[in-house]
Amino acid sequence: MSELIKGATGDWEMVIGLEVHAQVVSNAKLFSGAATAFGAPPNSQVSTVDAGFPGMLPVINGYCVEQAVRTGLGLKAKINLTSVFDRKNYFYADLPNGYQISQYKDPIVGEGRLLLDMPDGSTREIGITRLHLEQDAGKSLHDQHPNLTFVDLNRAGVALMEIVSEPDMRTAEEAALYITKLRTVLRYLGTCDGNMEEGSMRADVNVSVRRPGAPFGTRCEIKNVNSIRFVRAAIEYEARRQIDILEDGGEIRQETRLFDSVKGVTRSMRSKEDAHDYRYFPDPDLLPLVLDPEWVKTIEAGLPELPDEKKARLVAEYGIKPYDAWVLVAEREPADFFEAVARGRDPKLAASWIMGDYFAMLNRLGKSVADSPVSAESLGQLIDLISDNTISGRIAKEVFEAMVETGKAPATIVEEKGLRQVTDTGAIETAIDDVLARNQDKVAEYRSGKDKLFGFFVGQVMKATQGKANPAAVNDILKAKLQG
Amino acid sequence: MSVDPATVKKVARLARIRVDDAELPALADEVNGILHFVEQLQSVDVTGVAPLTSVVHRSLPLRADVITDGGDPEKVLANAPDRLESFFTVPKVVE
Amino acid sequence: MASELTRLSLAEAREGLRARKFSAVELTRAYLGAMEAARGLNAYITETPDLALEAAAASDARLASGAAGSLEGLPLAIKDLYCTKGVLTTAASHILDGFTPTYESTVTTSLWREGAVMLGKANMDEFAMGGSNENSYYGPVVNPWRRNGDTAALVPGGSSGGSAAAVAADLCVAALGTDTGGSIRQPAAFTGTVGIKPTYGRCSRFGIIAFASSLEQAGPMTKTVTDAAILLGAIAGHDPHDSTSVPVPVPDYTAALTGDLRGKKIGIPREYRVDGMPAEIEKWWQQGADWLRAAGAEVVEVSLPHSKYALPAYYIVAPAEASSNLARYDGVRFGLRVPGKDLTEMYENTRGQGFGAEVRRRILIGTYVLSAGYYDAYYTRAQKLRRLIANDFETAFETVDAILAPTTPSAAFASGEKADPIAMYLGDVFTVTANLAGLPAMSVPAGLSAEGLPLGLQVIGKAFDEAGVLNVGYALERAAAFNAKPAAWWRA
Repeated sequence: MSELIKGATGDWEMVIGLEVHAQVVSNAKLFSGAATAFGAPPNSQVSTVDAGFPGMLPVINGYCVEQAVRTGLGLKAKINLTSVFDRKNYFYADLPNGYQISQYKDPIVGEGRLLLDMPDGSTREIGITRLHLEQDAGKSLHDQHPNLTFVDLNRAGVALMEIVSEPDMRTAEEAALYITKLRTVLRYLGTCDGNMEEGSMRADVNVSVRRPGAPFGTRCEIKNVNSIRFVRAAIEYEARRQIDILEDGGEIRQETRLFDSVKGVTRSMRSKEDAHDYRYFPDPDLLPLVLDPEWVKTIEAGLPELPDEKKARLVAEYGIKPYDAWVLVAEREPADFFEAVARGRDPKLAASWIMGDYFAMLNRLGKSVADSPVSAESLGQLIDLISDNTISGRIAKEVFEAMVETGKAPATIVEEKGLRQVTDTGAIETAIDDVLARNQDKVAEYRSGKDKLFGFFVGQVMKATQGKANPAAVNDILKAKLQG
Repeated sequence: MSVDPATVKKVARLARIRVDDAELPALADEVNGILHFVEQLQSVDVTGVAPLTSVVHRSLPLRADVITDGGDPEKVLANAPDRLESFFTVPKVVE
Repeated sequence: MASELTRLSLAEAREGLRARKFSAVELTRAYLGAMEAARGLNAYITETPDLALEAAAASDARLASGAAGSLEGLPLAIKDLYCTKGVLTTAASHILDGFTPTYESTVTTSLWREGAVMLGKANMDEFAMGGSNENSYYGPVVNPWRRNGDTAALVPGGSSGGSAAAVAADLCVAALGTDTGGSIRQPAAFTGTVGIKPTYGRCSRFGIIAFASSLEQAGPMTKTVTDAAILLGAIAGHDPHDSTSVPVPVPDYTAALTGDLRGKKIGIPREYRVDGMPAEIEKWWQQGADWLRAAGAEVVEVSLPHSKYALPAYYIVAPAEASSNLARYDGVRFGLRVPGKDLTEMYENTRGQGFGAEVRRRILIGTYVLSAGYYDAYYTRAQKLRRLIANDFETAFETVDAILAPTTPSAAFASGEKADPIAMYLGDVFTVTANLAGLPAMSVPAGLSAEGLPLGLQVIGKAFDEAGVLNVGYALERAAAFNAKPAAWWRA
């Protein structure tokens, strides 16, 4: 879906590639035994290795390697059985060694792919160039003191996976979908918690513009964008900025930019003004990482069902719409919840209840599937009551609200409140006769062709039965009597 | 290959080492002396030779994902030339 | 009595302590006295007398209770490149002003576990870069040896010059050095002492301030080959904190010292006969070969065709690694900080003032050869040469068990004599090959030059065959019967 941007001199197309930094879920750091937990007091999760003290040496955390391999497999990517750790050399206050241990020429994971789930139910494939393991830097706090920057090294050395996409995206929306989907896959795999507020996932966004069909233009890299909304806004702003420059006859300077989320603009990063020369070379403190193919197979065998497969299976097995399936599988818990509810029941009814009243309730209460006041079992029971005509869909909404409030089983609520649907045709007939008798004028109008009044009669009957009459039975009997 | 004083200045900047301009020509001479000395490597035919980055012939050893370190800010802050509470401090950085 | 105690070898001192002929405190006091009298040599950057006496007293208690370790009560000098917990550690650099590690290197931890006593931190070339110990922020070390009839100060070699001088002048029973391109062997040769650089991966590098990570190893500097075998046995072994440390068993090195070389083949590398090599060096080399023959070995010529490229390859690889290893000295977390108006200026001021001339030179070279556009021409090519040099040794070791060569192309030279960096670098010509190939190599005193200065012979062995190297060294030691000592002029 290529969406062109109108410029003063014609159409433009965006070209977007993303480098996502995803923090690996692990207890300890990539090359030291310090903890990785978020929110600890400053410099309390720092070893002398992380702080780059003289004589300190890195030793790699095997679980982080396993997590990178698992992620690579989840992205249908090539696992490189030999990979190399390099030093990327540059000076910065929160980079204690003066270099970052990363992987340059020989990353642990090669080419893979990610499927975007488009709103129309179709999918679009985005190429993954590579995934490599690297250390995070520490954190610089610039706003704590008038003339000092504070440095906290708690993050320094935490394992990151840098996942690089091909420049395959053409709209800000696609970039947003890419990050959303990547986050979904990583969460399914359990390799990254995807928490962008805590910085577990950040994106460097490469944006350029070109005339449709023309070669790629010069790109700018927007560093460290930390929410999907900002990714979208940064791309929109940056593309427009570049188009304005080009249309004024200017040239784009390849540079690193920063997104100012308050002003909604991107600006050149002063601290990155130097043309960077990272002087990569293999880290002499480490050896090439060689993986046993059997070990990789073991990890592969242990992979969970991933969102694309789950989505396809939900569509095939339950007959729900692809987009509904995508909404359900976007996280693992709702998908599991759906299956628990839908198994042995009407899946479409289950899907519509979950995506309707159930999600609305979670949103309202600020809760998730995990701490929901309504279990899959009781929602299933409610649907059973609808399916066997014990209650109508309308009454079911009332029962559902009572379930949320009281935590009682739906059958209990129906009994206590006397909400059982009236299916006894005799009782319904009596009610209808009563309504028709009281509204003879309207009956005459209906019979002279004013069909719309049918709804009025249904409403009166339901009112008379406190909503408990079976709507289908009401319809049938009413229709017969009015024709009569 | 040889370097001029401007290149030495650039390299010194990359290495974050202050060098007075007056020192640059002499430093360039020294660097060129060494570059000239290592020039002889260019005469060797290294076709098909793989670079040797480590003499150790084994795969990278892996450690277990266990917390064994950290938890003691004083241990890493004790030598800091400048600090405030539990932070290292540097001159303010404008990004 | 004091000077008699300090003349003992490590093995002899150990015997004396075990037999309770003297106490560890007495031995330590003897060395502390010698150190005080030898301050003019500038062998130590930091002396730790209080800690030493405390440790010695604890050793005496263990010796009395029968719980003595293999190095119990033996006073050592530790090159100031090893991080020692709670003791100033400088790498002989201004930039590490005041740095007091909160941790201990693995190798020194092993020494203390075995009961050794630290006398102090030995002087060295700044960050182990140098071959004369003239590059120390704390001033040069003076070689205890002087030329016959001459009082001119000579260099002790480097970078482990303080360790070598301390051993030669009896300012410690033995010392630890480190060897990146010859930094143990060359000063050992210049001071008439024994030094061994083990196989790369044999000893842990954890806690040793890094200069060129892929080349350097810890090693003993001692009065005798037996002492080197004892000390190496204590520091060798796998360390999970060093990814390049190799898990292979450590044999009993002293048991290997038979001096019997029957059935062994020793190679004489043709290419080490370099132009302009002094006749004296050639003579002692021949003599060494004869001694080994007499010990039963067959001596054959071997070829190491890429030897002449070792120095230029080394002077690319080592500065490249150094430029990165030394990036952490930025004035933020430890050591010197020289203020600046912003972060970059603070870095530049700190590093500009904190590093000496040779360190600065090597960082610039290393930065340059790794920079964009030059990486392949310099660094990649140097690593390819390194492969060819390692292959040369592998081929040679298909036919021989060890290689005999001079340690250095000359005896100790005068302070200030080699102002040109290249002239200085050439002093490593016979030693760097073993670092590039990661092989064990040792220097053993052969005899005195015509000027009365010690000269060393070098034995290079197969990977992890330190036992074989030590035994060849032992045979040389027995045959040479080198027992000259420098006149203790510094006490005057």
